[in-house]
Amino acid sequence: MARAVTTRRKAAFTLCAWAIGLTIFFPILWTVLTSFKTEAQAIADPPTLLFFQWTTENYSEVLGRSNYFRHFANSVIISVGSTILGLIIAIPAAWSMAFVPAKRTKDVLMWMLSTKMLPPVGVLIPIYLIFRDTGLLDSRIGLVIVMTLINLPIIVWMLFTYFKEIPGEILEAARMDGATLWSEIIYVLTPMAVPGIASTMLLNIILAWNEAFWTLNLTTTNAAPLTAFIASYSSPEGLFYAKLSAASAMAIAPILIMGWFSQKQLVRGLTFGAVK
Amino acid sequence: MATAHSRTAARLMISPAVLLLLAWMIVPLSMTIYFSFLSYNLLSPGTEEYIGLLNYEYFLTDPAFFAALGNTLLLVGGVLVITTVGGVLLALLLDQPMWGQGIVRILVIAPFFVMPTVSALVWKNMFMNPVSGLFAYGASAIGIEPFDFLAHAPLFSIIVIVAWQWLPFATLILLTALQSLDSEQLEAAEMDGAGKISRFFYMVVPHLSRAVTVVILIQTIFLLSVFAEILVTTNGGPGTASTNITYLVYAQSLLQFDVGGGSAGGIVAVILANIVAIFLLRMIGKNLEA
Repeated sequence: MARAVTTRRKAAFTLCAWAIGLTIFFPILWTVLTSFKTEAQAIADPPTLLFFQWTTENYSEVLGRSNYFRHFANSVIISVGSTILGLIIAIPAAWSMAFVPAKRTKDVLMWMLSTKMLPPVGVLIPIYLIFRDTGLLDSRIGLVIVMTLINLPIIVWMLFTYFKEIPGEILEAARMDGATLWSEIIYVLTPMAVPGIASTMLLNIILAWNEAFWTLNLTTTNAAPLTAFIASYSSPEGLFYAKLSAASAMAIAPILIMGWFSQKQLVRGLTFGAVK
Repeated sequence: MATAHSRTAARLMISPAVLLLLAWMIVPLSMTIYFSFLSYNLLSPGTEEYIGLLNYEYFLTDPAFFAALGNTLLLVGGVLVITTVGGVLLALLLDQPMWGQGIVRILVIAPFFVMPTVSALVWKNMFMNPVSGLFAYGASAIGIEPFDFLAHAPLFSIIVIVAWQWLPFATLILLTALQSLDSEQLEAAEMDGAGKISRFFYMVVPHLSRAVTVVILIQTIFLLSVFAEILVTTNGGPGTASTNITYLVYAQSLLQFDVGGGSAGGIVAVILANIVAIFLLRMIGKNLEA
């Protein structure tokens, strides 16, 4: 039975929701707008919303001056690298837990989750010292390792919830037909698991891209991703609003777009399957 | 059927993940515990000695610890109240029929994808700055004195920034939960004569309460470790006015190089997080059986 909704009621909800939505989104919109202003216009009193001389000079200046590409590349390498490494380790683990469950499987899963709840400051000093002594401090490979380890529980969990949804009968049928363990994984499971793996990948790239505890503590210049690069604007340089905005807009744009595509997966991944 | 052969293979496939996580957890954590019993400063290497529980005694009786503990509770509590209350209301609103629902949804969840350092700096400079921030302009436009948010209400300002980042998370999860409520059940209840209000309190609220619990627990885990937002806005100050436990441990170990004291603080943080984690794990575990 479809409920009749009066147009007036719908209009009221629309108005209300749009007002709130735009308010919440405003800081991002404002950052993007400011990035196209000159520094003088960025702090102009009264502020201008749309009617100003649009310019792209902030972008060219940020790109030209501050090694921006290097930091961007670091962000890409760290987030994509750690996600791929994490998937390589997690896919077999999640597969075996979903399809060959043992008595302890549930305990293992819960234990993996509990490692995610360890506050980073609890291991900050040892990791810092180990990194210092092994030359991993301020290196991309060091951050890839840390990022892989902190996101591994989420990757395993997400994959596990996706794999669980693949019907076991299909596997049994494949086994009856004489498929070996490996051909089963490659020819039967992988095609069915691709959507889940892709979602997992997307969410973990987002998480790793935005991670800001380890990146701030373990990098200085060389391996610093965008999170750490933007943090350097907390000095008085940050008062150049237009440039800060341009740097910020470029740092968040790729992930914002990926994020919009992965809303559903986000819920599943971040609640460990507790809310779907 | 799982054969003995596939069981062995399964164990082999699971072991890299387990061993890595085990190493990641046990090696550094036991090092932290070990350091916490030492007098160990990075500035004077070679002078480490066992001092028992003295680090804990210092850390737990330090006025900065009480300030940080209070700030941590206020930060976590404040953000939780704003995001869960706001999230429930927003989710209920977004679940209503309207035009452009998909776009509004995108607008609302966008802040969650903004990296913490960016959101903190944008709020700090472009909104809360007492001279050239947008709030200052708004204040002078209506004739009141601009307020220096981060100097005079640092913790409150950080709560606002962090709440802005997490409100989308709460909204998204609650909205997902709301939409998974079986509409046929709701209609059946309506046919049976259940009014709007009783439908809401007897069907929607119980359904949402589970999701709210999940939101609260997961956010608490992340909020206990808020760091970047504090680092780039106030550096924990003025004084210790916006220092939380995470920032205090960072300052003690990497700014004052007091490895022993910082380690003791780290262990205290681990214990606090564990108290929350036990409840969260129990909830998720229950769900796993269902």
